Amino acid sequence: MAETGILSALGAVIRRDLLLAMRRKSDVLTTLFFFVIVVSLFPLGIGPEMGMLRQIAPGVLWVAALLASMLSLPRLFAADHADGTLEQMALSAVPLGVLVTGKIVAHWLVSGLPLALLAPVLGLQFDLPADALGVMVLALLIGTPVLSLIGAVGAGLTLGVRGGGVLVSLLVLPLYVPALIFGAGAVESHISGLGATAHLSLLAAFLALAAFFGPWATTVALRIALE
Amino acid sequence: MSNGIINWFKFSSPQTFYPLAGKMIPWFWALTAIFGVAGLTIGFFVAPTDAQQGEGYRIIFVHVPASWMSMFIYLVMAFWAALGLGFNTRLSGMMASALAPTGALMAFLSLWTGALWGKPMWGTWWVWDARLTSELILFFLYLGFIALQSAIDDARRADKAGAVLALVGVINIPIIYFSVKWWNTLHQGASVSLTKSPSMAQTMLWGMLLMALAFWMYSIAVSLTRVRAIILERERHAGWVEELPELKS
Amino acid sequence: MNWGSASEFFAMGGHALYVWGSFGACAVLMIVEPILAARRRTTALDELRREIRARKESNE
Repeated sequence: MAETGILSALGAVIRRDLLLAMRRKSDVLTTLFFFVIVVSLFPLGIGPEMGMLRQIAPGVLWVAALLASMLSLPRLFAADHADGTLEQMALSAVPLGVLVTGKIVAHWLVSGLPLALLAPVLGLQFDLPADALGVMVLALLIGTPVLSLIGAVGAGLTLGVRGGGVLVSLLVLPLYVPALIFGAGAVESHISGLGATAHLSLLAAFLALAAFFGPWATTVALRIALE
Repeated sequence: MSNGIINWFKFSSPQTFYPLAGKMIPWFWALTAIFGVAGLTIGFFVAPTDAQQGEGYRIIFVHVPASWMSMFIYLVMAFWAALGLGFNTRLSGMMASALAPTGALMAFLSLWTGALWGKPMWGTWWVWDARLTSELILFFLYLGFIALQSAIDDARRADKAGAVLALVGVINIPIIYFSVKWWNTLHQGASVSLTKSPSMAQTMLWGMLLMALAFWMYSIAVSLTRVRAIILERERHAGWVEELPELKS
Repeated sequence: MNWGSASEFFAMGGHALYVWGSFGACAVLMIVEPILAARRRTTALDELRREIRARKESNE
């Protein structure tokens, strides 16, 4: 009984956030467009030599994904904080951690998943072979939830703090390093013939750890912000 | 039985800790001077010239202590942060914020001396060695902590938010170090490892340990000085502050 | 004893820039940081003195 209550609350939060995101489509599209632009700027800065581009593609795509997923972080809790919804959530019978998890899932669906799906198109610009593109999508599918989970902690800590938007990137980007290394490394080692399994399993382990600590730390951070 | 607990919490109040810290600071400065002089004497006059690296290796006597302290201070900071979150003691948060600048300084010194060591040894100021890279990220973590605390006006909230960040950081640091090491071994060739230090003479080790002790005592002395300043800033409206002998004169 | 003369000591076998650059940076920063920390405390004390004086005057 209680479990179904929690699950339905989780589903309700996800549905609500997705609905809100659909009403403000421009926010979602801005993130995607930013991702595309950043990735496309690299060949202009480095030169069109295909061998070189193929080599830097995994790193460029991943760094761009980190930056793009950062863009939407300040908005993760800001609107709910401003209109008092967040305080209602903190007082509701459902544990705040569950509602926070729902918001993180919704954030990933809106900002992480589209990046992963868009990545192969951009990878083609960098002349990545088809199987490497597959590994790229898989790595992003495992890795982008990590970005949402860790990012949520930063968003909670900087909620309502002046200069929060820039501050959150300062806090969160160093913590993203393992995701970047394992994610980009998976594609690189696949291309070099070493196989991506080791990298992907490490990335998945990092995801498991982030999924365990992330919502909890975010809940603590939000309670501090609401005091 | 309960006596121990009472004493413990007595020292955790800023009112009792402020004069206690004031009494301890000169002792830690004295220890810093003693260990520092001993360490420098051994480092410069007793430790022999290194067969491979010449006199340049003497940078080790500040580089390694600074690196050790930068990592150790983060752990201590996270410890105080956890204590502050768990027991809601005011002093813990102040200790964490007093330690952060010193930790950042140590990380900076480690990077600076690492670069100055790298130039004569490897011919470049910077190598993407696993340790140097992790040290750089540790430096960023310190800067993030300081930036977060200084952006929040309410001191209690700043303490707690900083504590959460420090704890998330301390969980992340081993993973970061592991991932950077993994990344480094994958991209061999470009990397030069610091770990392959030639067998160290006994006197070199002694010099390094003494210098590490000097850095340790320094860190305690300077963060105690800073925590006293923070106590005064935060507790300015508490009655005991007005009774301080410093203010009577 | 490693050094024949003072100039030999300061030359550090040709690595003077690097060795003294490292030790110098450590020395400078480790002198500046305690001064800044101590000054932060004296500023706090000064402010407290001013506050107490202001309160006394307003009471009188």
